Amino acid sequence: MFQPSDFDSAAIRARAAQFRSQVARRLDGSLTEDEFKPLRLMNGLYLQLHAYMLRVAIPYGTISARQMRQLAKIADAWDRGYGHFTTRQNIQFNWPKLVDVPDMIDALADVGMHAIQTSGNAIRNTTTDAFAGASADEIADPRPYAELIRQWSTDHPEFQFLPRKFKIAINGARADRAAIRAHDVGLQLVERDGEIGFQVFVGGGLGRTPMIGKELRDFLPASDLLPYLESIVAAWNLAGRRDNKYKARIKITVHELGIEAFSDLVEAEFPARRAAFKGADQAILADLKAQFAPPALPSRESASFETALNVDALLRDWAARSVSPHHNPDYAVVTISLKEHGAPPGDATSDQMRLLADLAERYGQSELRISHEQNVILPHVAKADLPALFESLRKGGLATANIGLTSDIIACPGMDYCALATARSIPLAQQIATHFRDLGLESEIGTLKIKISGCINACGHHHLGHIGILGLDRAGVENYQITLGGDATETMALGERAGPGFAYTEVIPALERLLRAYLDLRQSQSESFLDALRRLGPEPFKDALYQEAQRHAAQ
Amino acid sequence: MSKKFTPGVISANDLREGHVVYMNDAGQWVLRLKDAAFLDDPVIAEMWLNIANAQTEKVVGAYLAPATLGPNGPEPAHFREAFRATGPSIELPGI
Repeated sequence: MFQPSDFDSAAIRARAAQFRSQVARRLDGSLTEDEFKPLRLMNGLYLQLHAYMLRVAIPYGTISARQMRQLAKIADAWDRGYGHFTTRQNIQFNWPKLVDVPDMIDALADVGMHAIQTSGNAIRNTTTDAFAGASADEIADPRPYAELIRQWSTDHPEFQFLPRKFKIAINGARADRAAIRAHDVGLQLVERDGEIGFQVFVGGGLGRTPMIGKELRDFLPASDLLPYLESIVAAWNLAGRRDNKYKARIKITVHELGIEAFSDLVEAEFPARRAAFKGADQAILADLKAQFAPPALPSRESASFETALNVDALLRDWAARSVSPHHNPDYAVVTISLKEHGAPPGDATSDQMRLLADLAERYGQSELRISHEQNVILPHVAKADLPALFESLRKGGLATANIGLTSDIIACPGMDYCALATARSIPLAQQIATHFRDLGLESEIGTLKIKISGCINACGHHHLGHIGILGLDRAGVENYQITLGGDATETMALGERAGPGFAYTEVIPALERLLRAYLDLRQSQSESFLDALRRLGPEPFKDALYQEAQRHAAQ
Repeated sequence: MSKKFTPGVISANDLREGHVVYMNDAGQWVLRLKDAAFLDDPVIAEMWLNIANAQTEKVVGAYLAPATLGPNGPEPAHFREAFRATGPSIELPGI
């Protein structure tokens, strides 16, 4: 398993000490808020509606049992006993006091964690497929490359004054579980003639101007990764707009210049940068690949699991949603839902974090992952251990069998926490989850991705939801726009707005009309909502959404 | 005047702890919206805001939060301010 080097540990400690001093100078009046704000943002510390918020990096979503236990300790000691896992594979603590944050950052450093570059105009945490290194459909593990990017991008001297933030995602499997084309740079690991490389996409992103990334290279040799990335960021650093923060992201640069012209800028940068990389990166990569090598998994029988499935209906329901194929047939990848019906999506209490850490140690090689869908993954569980794991999860309230279903909702914190929000997200997610459970329709509806953002910045990825919900402030009242047909996978699509928005109390009745219409319109139980929408087009679904409104208008 | 004046209260976040605070008639920072000074005169509101903004050692991000005057003191004039005054509308996990 990967261990930070002495160099990294020292760098994290040095940054923690530096930030402690900056906080002290803010508190004693030596620094004004204007001076302090960029410093705290460089260390992941925001000021939200009701409190500060500390965003801690979970690089490429990989976290050890020991680190998870430390997050629980931090939540108990300096926050309110819980944390919120985000769509960027980070964790946010919602209630820290400024005076305590230096101690929190020291506690993170004790386990090799930090909050560096989780905020501000920096190259952010590189996200990956949460099944990385485990899934049966993997071409190569993206994490050694993601760690290489982390090392390269941290405090990169050329990129200290970027036009805006910059997000990279890497997917190593055939199925895209990292939404790569919704990122500034999306990297898809591919194999060509026995050589590993990347299909490179650039200029994707959500927010107020959603765009799907465009292909920049169909095959980049893996050894060219850092000089090529550096060329992309350098080209944007020079060409990107600094006159308007809403036009500063690379997606606008690529859109305004065109992909060919932007590619020319990148290729012009590339030769000199390629020449400057003399092989140190490849030596580090080779070491990282060894560190990220799959754990030695002893051969285990799986017949007992099959037997248990036949006799235990609860286990069967849970396994159908939560268990995915592992590259070793004796093992499975387990997705643990942080979406208990009625609970805030992505939140875990400190007790739950400790249980997750214990179970990772007992059944999962001490490894955990955080998915961009705000769930927790145990990547290497022997099938023979699944019944016992399920029992432990059930006792801890973590066995909700809803992965991929209506209640497995991505939701941003919204106006319950966020200073930028224009409406609430979490209570809507909670009500949707309980409403469709209470109707008994959740398993009937089947695969459905609902994603909710509480403002146009789209942290809840609403554009990529089969059903997307965007909360806005319309003349001082919460109002929710619904989009249809988004898709976060390798067949990525942006949802289209269905029509006028709905008042807070009207959203759930509208969704019920929409989903009952789907059940009537689908060809068979195996035709998902998204498939039916693609076959029929949005009109019959819009009719269902606006039926009520039309009737009122006609009266 | 480029922007229409809206009556309200001076609000900010406490520097050390981050929680929401309001300024009362005596220029002190208090926790409850209903104890805040209600400002319906643009000149006086601007004066109080300048005083608040100068207290950078105590608070962060002072602004004039829209409010109306109710029987028990100021009340939020926008749902955002209502959430700021009362905290998250949801039950917090594990509490």
